[in-house]
Amino acid sequence: MTAADEPLIVMRGVTKTYAGIRALDGVGFAIREGEAVSLAGENGSGKSTLIKILAGAEEPDEASITVAGESFARLTPRQSAGAGIMVIFQDFSLFPNLSVAENIGFSAELHAGHRLVDRGRVRALAARTLERVGVDIPLDARVETLSVAHKQLVAICRALASDARLIIMDEPTTALTEREVRVLLGIIRRLKADGVAVLFVSHKLAEVLEVCEHVVVLRNGRKVAEGPAGEFDAASLARHMTGRDVAEALPSPLADGAPRLLEVRGLSKAGAFADIGFELHAGEVLGIAGLLGSGRTPLAKALFGLVAPDAGRVTLDGREVPLGDPLAAAAAGIGYVPEDRLTEGLFLTQSILRNVGIGRLEAHAQGPLLDVAGLWREAEEWLRRLAVKAPDPAAPVRSLSGGNQQRVVLARWLARGPRMLLLNGPTVGVDVGSKAEIHGIIRDLAGRGLGVVVISDDLPELLATCHRILVMKEGRITDDLPGTATSEADLAHRLAS
Amino acid sequence: MKLDLTRNETLVAGVILAFCAIAAVVDPGFLSMPTLTDLLRGGIVLGIFAVGAMLVLVSGGIDVSFTAVAAFAMYTTTLLLVNWAPGLPWWAAFLVAMAIGALLGAFNGLFIAGFGLPTLIVTLGTLSIFRGFLLTFVGSKLISNLPPGMRDFSRLMMVRGTNADGSFYSLPWAFAFLVGVVVVTWTILYRTMLGRAIFAMGGSMESARRIGIPVRATQFFVYVYVGTMAGLAGIIHASMARVANPFDLVGLELSVIAAVVLGGARLAGGYGTLTGTLLGVALIVLVRNSLIVLGIPSTWQSVAIGILILIGTGLPAWQAKRAAARAA
Repeated sequence: MTAADEPLIVMRGVTKTYAGIRALDGVGFAIREGEAVSLAGENGSGKSTLIKILAGAEEPDEASITVAGESFARLTPRQSAGAGIMVIFQDFSLFPNLSVAENIGFSAELHAGHRLVDRGRVRALAARTLERVGVDIPLDARVETLSVAHKQLVAICRALASDARLIIMDEPTTALTEREVRVLLGIIRRLKADGVAVLFVSHKLAEVLEVCEHVVVLRNGRKVAEGPAGEFDAASLARHMTGRDVAEALPSPLADGAPRLLEVRGLSKAGAFADIGFELHAGEVLGIAGLLGSGRTPLAKALFGLVAPDAGRVTLDGREVPLGDPLAAAAAGIGYVPEDRLTEGLFLTQSILRNVGIGRLEAHAQGPLLDVAGLWREAEEWLRRLAVKAPDPAAPVRSLSGGNQQRVVLARWLARGPRMLLLNGPTVGVDVGSKAEIHGIIRDLAGRGLGVVVISDDLPELLATCHRILVMKEGRITDDLPGTATSEADLAHRLAS
Repeated sequence: MKLDLTRNETLVAGVILAFCAIAAVVDPGFLSMPTLTDLLRGGIVLGIFAVGAMLVLVSGGIDVSFTAVAAFAMYTTTLLLVNWAPGLPWWAAFLVAMAIGALLGAFNGLFIAGFGLPTLIVTLGTLSIFRGFLLTFVGSKLISNLPPGMRDFSRLMMVRGTNADGSFYSLPWAFAFLVGVVVVTWTILYRTMLGRAIFAMGGSMESARRIGIPVRATQFFVYVYVGTMAGLAGIIHASMARVANPFDLVGLELSVIAAVVLGGARLAGGYGTLTGTLLGVALIVLVRNSLIVLGIPSTWQSVAIGILILIGTGLPAWQAKRAAARAA
């Protein structure tokens, strides 16, 4: 039998139970050489467990895994690596203190059983691998000084340097800009042409369909759909992943004569944005579309006082908001949900309740003491209203899924009764089902008269939630479009041109 | 090579030069062979300790027990020799001390690599255990009549000379051990996969585990190695001082770690160079030996060393932070 008609990897009946819960139930599929397979599924669908079983990090209860014609009931990490199965984890698992060359060559040297260091050999291997991928990164640079995209490329090169035959990429595009995603997809095509198989785990659906030949969808530990990528579109994938139709409702039209809430005039900051002016009405959802580096994040931070602009004024309800002062912005009624909730938005190791209550300490002060019971009652009420799925509100917020974490950030702000919310990338790293629900929350909040600004490069998201969309490019607002009358293609064109 | 002011090595070297310049102005006799040999002699034990401490910091851990290991190995070896084998040559005594050091290091390694306990907590505990065990069960009396082997070693001189004013200076052969330790450690760190694994673990323990580095074995090696170095430093210390004092050495560990950090090693792991470590040791020995020359009371020593640590490690950290803020 030739390699062409025998798949590289065949999995059959992979079953894994954790504490009585079936994480995987008889899942099976095949991956061929030079083929990209997309493994789609929401959080908790069993994707991660399957990856771990392939990498040999978890032992399946039952499985038959055939790698290049050889059958296993389970893989050990060594067998997995020996068969050329390499996982690129979301954190890349690199060594920040070592050079690019050493990071690329380390696994290969280690598994070749070398005891002594041969810098020349390592550098040659690294240079060869970088060339194979077609990127140019200085070999001697310390990995800690690289951008996220370059770190990812180094991780891919490391896998290739150890003779990878299957590269598993876990959510490879979450931290990348549009352009970097393009580069990555180009590299994946190159790898496929080179005979390397790729298992692509992502919940960004458009990318999945673009680069993969084959799609496997998991839901609650079972394979619910499988087929050539051409048979799926974003809507059908979402339906398979969530088990229901996640058709996005359009925003309800804005009432005529809604009062003007926020007014921004001539806001400028050297090197970030210039002469920004716009208005936001009560009940309006305003989108700001911009690619990374367009100045969208500095603008969001400036509106909330985290960045002090050089010039301009911001008024809310006709009252001037002091610039460069987040406490004053919050007191004026602005809430800000940051782009990176993990580092800027949440106290990860603290409990869910504390994360919500922190914004309301002053309101529950009784003299020098704190009305703790009242604070918790209020926080719990908001968790309930935003339908945060948390078995235990005293558990650390880190234990929640991305979508629920984002709800906790929202709950904290809503508890303060803000006049408007600034949402910077509200659904980054959130799976499809939760995403639609957060969009529902945004529409609902606007319906209650709150002004909402959504800053994002996720165009379907903007189109699904916004009444009006401002396009931001090189620090300036270049277009002001009605949300309901704009197409995704048109918006993408305006962003890129 | 470009002068890089954000590197600790450059900064420490600059401070050493400035310090020497001031001392030379105040005391014209400062720039002389005796000053140099005093400096080198003073750096032997501290230097061997520091090289070991650096290795641990690079691996992502910290060891504060090495002084207790050194005292234990040194005193126990001397006692063994005095009571049972007074005729053993010095090198046999050194091997015994290093073996005891390795054994105690293995004890640390067992808890750290075997049970996965935090390194600071384990070594704080063993610091106290080793010292207490030594003083309770082995002995607490000063041994001033060293066995002949060790006395012979203390008389071996590499360099010997007389000054113009008739005073003697000398550099003991013990210095060669510091050189040897540096060479061996450099070879391990930069020329073997074991050494690269130590750096890798300090950079990211989780990544090291994922790519299949034998993390536990490597960690175990690190603590055994440091223990061996401590045993060596201990026996050299006793030989040179011509007395085995069980109360000696303990208390020095923070100065040693300070010297290593001054030389650019990071407490978070993954970073450290031998050049930096030796410069850090040189600076601390210089400050200790020479503040008196400058007419500064010796009680100011610890203040001076503290200021050096704050500036020497604070300045590069502050510069790195500013560079990061500019880049953002």
